[in-house]
Amino acid sequence: MHEIRIHGRGGQGTVLAAEILAKALVAEGKHVVAIPSFGFERRGAPVSACLRVDGREIRAMTNIYRPDTLLCIDPTVGRAVNIFDGMAAHGALVQATKRPVEELAAPETVETLGLCDAVGVALSIFGRPITNSVMLGAFARTTGLVSLESLKEGIEAADFRDAGLAQNLTAVERGYAGTTVYQRTEGGYEART
Amino acid sequence: MADAAALLPNAPKTIVCDGNEAAAWGVVLSRPDVVAVYPITPQSSLVEYVSQFIADGTLDAELLNLEGEHSVLSALQGAALAGARTYTATCGPGLAFMFEPYVRTPGLRLPMVASLVTRDMLTPQCVWGGQQDAMTVRDCGWIHMYCETVQEVLDTTIMAYRIAEHRDVMLPVNVNHDGNYLSYGVARAEMPAQAAVDGFLGVKDVNWHAALDPLRPMAIDPLTGGAGGPGPSMFVRYRKGLCNGMRNALRVIEETHAEWGRLTGRHHAPLIEEYRLDDAEVALVTIGSMTGAAKDAVDALRSGGKRVGLIKVKTMRPFPVEAMARALSKVNAVAVVDRAVSYGWNAGPVYQETLGALYRARHMIPAVSVIGGLAGADITDGHFARCIGMAFAAAASGQAPDGPVWLNEND
Repeated sequence: MHEIRIHGRGGQGTVLAAEILAKALVAEGKHVVAIPSFGFERRGAPVSACLRVDGREIRAMTNIYRPDTLLCIDPTVGRAVNIFDGMAAHGALVQATKRPVEELAAPETVETLGLCDAVGVALSIFGRPITNSVMLGAFARTTGLVSLESLKEGIEAADFRDAGLAQNLTAVERGYAGTTVYQRTEGGYEART
Repeated sequence: MADAAALLPNAPKTIVCDGNEAAAWGVVLSRPDVVAVYPITPQSSLVEYVSQFIADGTLDAELLNLEGEHSVLSALQGAALAGARTYTATCGPGLAFMFEPYVRTPGLRLPMVASLVTRDMLTPQCVWGGQQDAMTVRDCGWIHMYCETVQEVLDTTIMAYRIAEHRDVMLPVNVNHDGNYLSYGVARAEMPAQAAVDGFLGVKDVNWHAALDPLRPMAIDPLTGGAGGPGPSMFVRYRKGLCNGMRNALRVIEETHAEWGRLTGRHHAPLIEEYRLDDAEVALVTIGSMTGAAKDAVDALRSGGKRVGLIKVKTMRPFPVEAMARALSKVNAVAVVDRAVSYGWNAGPVYQETLGALYRARHMIPAVSVIGGLAGADITDGHFARCIGMAFAAAASGQAPDGPVWLNEND
């Protein structure tokens, strides 16, 4: 069982990202349960979604309290909520940011780190900072838990049409290609080659 | 219009969706003639899915988008009396607004299907999941089945039509799934082929007994009762008939689930499910989507050598007294976890049913009432481990706490 928590802000497609990821993982033969958190969602407010993945059937329909992997699709939501709450040891963080790795204050539980300038990529594709598809590409590159091809299938199975579908397929590819992955070492994070 | 069947799968296929979409697919496959809706959280996306399926021709049905839930159910009563297979969904305050036609539907013996996407009740203000709405209307004469998984929502929605339209039953069915954790929880599900569902449901059988039909004129819903003439006996006939339909439903629900299992390979427990109960000292009693985490907690404690099992209530109305009594007879204590409150008993509604079944079983064991998951609160495997601990303590001491244990009181 692997537990993933996705953090973002209302309007970026956090919950949809969980659904696309769920479809992609099922296409690879996995079992999933995705549960969106709920509150008075509105544009810009912190939003999160939980996703469990396993090779066998998952029964618990509950929130996630000890995530193995965090997918943070917004550069600043970490200032509003503690995205690291309950994070398991030897975890991974996939973070939307244009800042260099040295400026990131990740706790020691983060062993693998993927950074992607998702807002920049999204602005160049959509003209708006909708980062979900970009960061799904970053997630695939960082964790290897899902393939880029399956993510594209997941996007095709979602409700995008015409230009929107083409843009999101481009976004996931560019997110995948534009992500740098780091491993924690004694001397700090080192880029994985 | 395109033939709706042509748009549907002619072979089973795997889908990934939330509980609301699963219910909508169950509706599509059941081919209702008339769907009436009014949106309300957390049901809204369910009726949006159904509306979309009708708009794009996936479902060939009449959609009535009405001004409120009272009109929704009233319109469906007319449609059913005219012979239509019908569907709606609601919850919480919407169900409250629907109450007058809601209590009339079972007495009319109309075989409708309505999803309750369960939501906690006002007040204080709350838009999140809980079973207070459905539990509040548990004795109006509707059949109530509670689902555990996304797959069970899809399957039960279809089975509900066969149960409702069975001539020994002829009662409306509520298919209940928890708001939030199941309405928005996404999982994979198998969608059966349309032809298989068509064969399973057979020809619709809705208004053979009571009809708005110029060719068979009859009075519907006569004024009766009172203290003289044919009134008293007539009124008792109606009430007894409804009770008999409910009793028959226990058998029909079992038969329908067995037939569905033969057709699809998916064997959902029809009335109650016994999980790892045979050599158990104590058991949890659960209902709805909380059950998955509870089974995980049972498995974890079983690995540590604790003899614990679980009893899940699927069918709450009619209450399967005999099946419950048999299950309860196997253990020395239970902790009953409710997602709703019975104010009159300072306990949960399923707890009361459990006490009744224990009396029927002549099995006087301590029973702990636990109330959790109100208004969207989570019930985790950790919470269930606590509940199991309370059940073992009750078995050891022979005593249960006086009042309910409020599971999320300190969360």
